[in-house]
Amino acid sequence: MSSANPNLVQLRDLNVTFDGVEVLHGIDLDVAKGEALGLVGESGCGKSVTWLAALGLLPGKAAVTGSVRVDGRELCGARRSALEEIRGGRIAMIFQDPSSSLNPVLSVGRQIIEALRIHRGLRGEAARAEALRLMDVVGIPAPSRRFDLYPHEFSGGQCQRLMIAMALAGEPDLLVADEPTTALDATIQAQILDLLNTLRAETGMALVFISHDLGAVSQVCERVCVMYAGRIVEEGTVAQLFSEARHPYTRGLFDAIPRIDGSRERLLAIPGTVPNPKHLPEGCSFSPRCPRAVDACGRVRPPLMTQDDGRRLACTRPVSAAARGEAKRRIPQGVMQ
Amino acid sequence: MNPLIEADDLVRIYETRRGLFGGASPVRAVDGVSLAVMPGETLGIVGESGSGKSTLGRMLLGIDPARAGEVRFSGSPMPKSGTAEWRALRAKMQLVYQDPLAALDRRLTIATQIGEPLEIHRLVQKEHRAARVAELMAAVGLRPDQAGRFPHELSGGQRQRAVIARALASRPKLLVCDEPVSALDVSIQAQVVNVLRDLQEQNGIAMVFISHDLKVVRNIADRVAVMYLGRIVEEASSDVIFQSPQHPYTSALISSVPVPGKPPEGRMILQGEPPNPADRPSGCAFHPRCPLARDICRTSVPALRQIGSGRTAACHVVAGETASVERLRKRA
Repeated sequence: MSSANPNLVQLRDLNVTFDGVEVLHGIDLDVAKGEALGLVGESGCGKSVTWLAALGLLPGKAAVTGSVRVDGRELCGARRSALEEIRGGRIAMIFQDPSSSLNPVLSVGRQIIEALRIHRGLRGEAARAEALRLMDVVGIPAPSRRFDLYPHEFSGGQCQRLMIAMALAGEPDLLVADEPTTALDATIQAQILDLLNTLRAETGMALVFISHDLGAVSQVCERVCVMYAGRIVEEGTVAQLFSEARHPYTRGLFDAIPRIDGSRERLLAIPGTVPNPKHLPEGCSFSPRCPRAVDACGRVRPPLMTQDDGRRLACTRPVSAAARGEAKRRIPQGVMQ
Repeated sequence: MNPLIEADDLVRIYETRRGLFGGASPVRAVDGVSLAVMPGETLGIVGESGSGKSTLGRMLLGIDPARAGEVRFSGSPMPKSGTAEWRALRAKMQLVYQDPLAALDRRLTIATQIGEPLEIHRLVQKEHRAARVAELMAAVGLRPDQAGRFPHELSGGQRQRAVIARALASRPKLLVCDEPVSALDVSIQAQVVNVLRDLQEQNGIAMVFISHDLKVVRNIADRVAVMYLGRIVEEASSDVIFQSPQHPYTSALISSVPVPGKPPEGRMILQGEPPNPADRPSGCAFHPRCPLARDICRTSVPALRQIGSGRTAACHVVAGETASVERLRKRA
């Protein structure tokens, strides 16, 4: 994330307000070329809204402020024509429910061709050949026989593959996948995650993977951003967050996941519920549910600060801060000797 | 100890039409399922969509009629659905579904709804009803001041707690939970799973826990049955089945669960999709996706056989004919 590697997408102080209620509070986030970034958090934390706002896909009643730059070009407040050049062409997005994203009265082949015509100007035989190739790439068996079928004739997993094929039609630099596997069965989810990994390796596109499933995120992402109540609370590499979560909320999310191996223990739930965005608590939004909170947490909101190990963290009383600091200081000394 | 609920060779067939004028084609949603749940025990039922797990849950409660087979509750056959005897028995067996908003009446306060079973089954006298409702709300972790709230004023987790409180009102012996935490966020899911576990321990309720989420089932079930296309393909204690799955489908299902922090390498990824129940493959229904499939799998349906103490599997390869022939020979 250095200046030598210019970011593909740069979000700065992105704010979203719905009918006077602020739901996204100043998001700063970079996506580098070719990287896979995970965005996790519970419903209502703003992980989807961040990207819908960035791509200008929110309804008119949403007020979006801040800066969204794609390769240095400002998108926030840009004209529709400028946005449409980016959307689908540079950045494609797929959603949780593929069957509602596909047009039920057009054959899937025509829908992929439509995307190819808009984004790459392909027509006729060339478009058809490319559409068939894309169907093959995403793993639709016997594409030429299924080209003229309609979305209802495909299963949920195959519809998601078709959505991915349409997203790939514009040869995007970034694919934003919003809960792409949540509605799918376990064995199909594994197939789609595998497909996303393969595609990224082959095309070199960047991926933003929005999910509440930390397990799925760890399968496809290199960097993870944890959001709570419209703010980023912790961000780091998968290894950093998964081996040593510092924010009590991140820690809590990991502890709440039932384990599939090991012994059957009582689950460690996070008490309480996500706050209503209309009545956010004073100070740190997580403080009323936080086991480590002190009085000050309820008064002053901790800013998102870059830590020694490169991660970003918004917490005044992070998990195992002291122990970690010592360990970190000890290791370089050992290396020096 | 006798099982609280037993099912023998249950079959449920739906008729679907192919096209507008097409003939009816039968879909065997549940195809010869037998199981038993002991008092206080939790049986987990896992499988993908279309495996028949929800239909099975409804059949256990007598909501969906069986085409063949029988359900027995405390040793006696289940009365026909809709009869007075069946309604009386329903107080002893309750259902919790995935979507609490659909299960609750939007125009009634949750206290009224939690109290409804007490009124319907005439369980508690009117003057004691409020106290019992308060007790139930406390048991599932709802605050007393939430009694007068309407469903839309509660969060998803709180609504599911209200549904559970209502299911517990008639002091049931059996709770069938169909994806009860699937719509909830991880942190809330853990809260509700803990509530269910606590209530079960305190009251000795038997539970049939239907879910596609293996992690949750692992945490709550004593025994697990894996379903594929209307049949049980493997059944064993929860500890055993997750540690050493035998049926190739169970192995794939467990392998497909992404574990945080574990890289995807070495995972077993199944090819293909679960088949359409209306177009069932010949032989073992799993053979088109099975990495171990042999010729026999394409032609003959494997029976559910014992493969160890308290565990069964239906697979020619891991629990094949030869194994059972040898056992029969020994017995002879």
